[in-house]
Amino acid sequence: MSEKEMKSSVTAKTEKKKNASYISGKESRKISRFNRKLTNKLEKERANANKDPALYTTKMRDPNNVVEFDNMCTYFFTDIGTVKAVDGISFDIPKCSTVGVVGESGCGKSVTSLSLMQLLPRPTGQTVGGEIRFNIGNGEALNIVNTPTSKMMDIRGNRVSMIFQEPMTSLNPVFRIGAQVDEVIKLHNPEMSEEDVKNRTLEMLELVGIANKEGVYRMYPHELSGGMRQRVMIAIALACSPELIIADEPTTALDVTIQAQILDLLSDLKDKINSSIMLITHDLGVVASMADYVVVMYAGRVVEKGTAEDIFHHPAHPYTIGLMRSKPVVGKKVDELYNMQRAESRRYAELLLLP
Amino acid sequence: MLKFTIKRLLISVVILLFVMFIVYALMYSLPTSYMQKTARELSQKPGSLKSADEWLAELNAQYGMDKGLFGGFMVWMKSAAVGDFGDSWQWTDKVTNVFQDTIWYSFALGLVCFIFEIIIAIPLGVVAAKKQYSITDYSVTVFALIGISMPTFFVATVYKLVLAVKLQDWFGLSRPLFDISGMQSRDYVNLSDVGKFFDVAKHFVLPALTLITVSIGSLMRYTRTNMLEVLNADYIRTARAKGLSEKKVINYHAFRNTLIPIVTILGGSLPGLFSGALITENLFSLKGIGNYSYMSMRTGDIPFTMFYLSFIAILTLLGNLIADILYAVVDPRVRLN
Repeated sequence: MSEKEMKSSVTAKTEKKKNASYISGKESRKISRFNRKLTNKLEKERANANKDPALYTTKMRDPNNVVEFDNMCTYFFTDIGTVKAVDGISFDIPKCSTVGVVGESGCGKSVTSLSLMQLLPRPTGQTVGGEIRFNIGNGEALNIVNTPTSKMMDIRGNRVSMIFQEPMTSLNPVFRIGAQVDEVIKLHNPEMSEEDVKNRTLEMLELVGIANKEGVYRMYPHELSGGMRQRVMIAIALACSPELIIADEPTTALDVTIQAQILDLLSDLKDKINSSIMLITHDLGVVASMADYVVVMYAGRVVEKGTAEDIFHHPAHPYTIGLMRSKPVVGKKVDELYNMQRAESRRYAELLLLP
Repeated sequence: MLKFTIKRLLISVVILLFVMFIVYALMYSLPTSYMQKTARELSQKPGSLKSADEWLAELNAQYGMDKGLFGGFMVWMKSAAVGDFGDSWQWTDKVTNVFQDTIWYSFALGLVCFIFEIIIAIPLGVVAAKKQYSITDYSVTVFALIGISMPTFFVATVYKLVLAVKLQDWFGLSRPLFDISGMQSRDYVNLSDVGKFFDVAKHFVLPALTLITVSIGSLMRYTRTNMLEVLNADYIRTARAKGLSEKKVINYHAFRNTLIPIVTILGGSLPGLFSGALITENLFSLKGIGNYSYMSMRTGDIPFTMFYLSFIAILTLLGNLIADILYAVVDPRVRLN
């Protein structure tokens, strides 16, 4: 099934849906049959790609980009219908730059990043169309959409790494910090000796601003504060000097002072190891101070993209304008904070009903 | 850790005293009285000069049952405290001797089942969780639920019918592959020592199968649930984002976390190793502690039942303590103090 056919069948499916708050047994069976058929097919395609590298290697449009999203669609085939979490987005992440991705909750920011890592909860979540091109040098690129898992394992943590929004639960509670940082270094540098690995870990811990590195090396995650844990997560993410760091709301769960520290740290380190950052956030202030480029997402689509300057000084899309206006400004007196009515009324579940 | 252990042990002693008293009170109020039965028998013997009531009074005095509930308990407690558990009324031997004769059969049966339960149920649970809602998951779950739902006596009977009776018919064997009950074949006395061992072992196959079948399900379901919970955790996503293979993610990162609740369950099942399987041993007429305690309870044999139930109570308390200590071993977040 070509991409177009797939999309049209998905659309036909959703059109038939009645505008009711429940689904009948018949509909439910139809949906799960449809989901099973489609996901099995996609899984099979991905398994086949394993055999022939030509199926997943492509060319970069611009060799100065690390990642190019090209009309990428990620859908979730749930029991109550297809959720088009990301529906045809295109943007580039140039080398050594920071791209801020902003948008309301549920607009597909995190799903975009998970698609790039191939960490979607399969088989429910599938990237059904488009390309994600990841630059592997010499103008060659991998199309992440159908890269086999074995190949992905070299990329994850090594060339693309990720910092998650929940530092409190992102580290495995039963292993020591040292072991968890060691693990990723050892995995991607099998030639390193035990001692080198440990030294590298200590170096990383120092780099992310942990003073008591020897002590922390032997500690368990529960013995550290949230900010410290996020530093450890950053150490893990940077340990193999990746070309792209995805920071998925890295400061949401942290105190404001720690937020500033973590963000400073990230932008410092980015320059040190020459990598790009894809910064996912709600915080326009953070984007303004860190990002070179900004991508504004809304309901699974990119509504506006450009350099940070452009977006902040000349927002064009009504959603972006609304987003800017809803940010309180120091010194400006207003009776009531700006409220984005439409944005608020649009709930996540409504994505199901999108055309 | 030491302070915690000592504190727990001291609390356990208090709990144990109460458990013993409750058990004694229950045994004391049982409708089956060994004294009454014996008194009736003695009074009906030819040449008996006393009536049943007179015999009863005499027997009660002899066995210390005339001092009432508290008095009787104190008498039992006093001798039990110095390690003398008295003579079993039913088996007319020292309680400790009967215990020694039977416990090792029960322990062997319990241990074999425990080991098989772990090596079958835990991997199955992990596989089922790994492939949630797949055909593997559904079939494992269905078999586990069949195991949980079927009563022991039914499973035992089915195994007896199929493996002991039908198998002989189907293959035209001269004698059944497994005996339906008992612990020795007819030619047991003629066998060599090694032969005797294997003969007894063969008689334990069906009981062990029965016990494994009925016990696997719950542990497997428990493993599956916990594994699923762990697999949805953020740190598993982190492990995947590191580039670890799925095998490493599950067998190392996820399994280590799944182990935490499982260890508690397994630590708590320590008494199960020694307590014997009352129903199964009875169905297969094994000379195990479960079967013996059942027969003792039926005849109102207070010394043996008291000893057995106190023993189980001690093991249960120890099992809880061990589970708590193991919990601290596998989960670094728990520190006992």
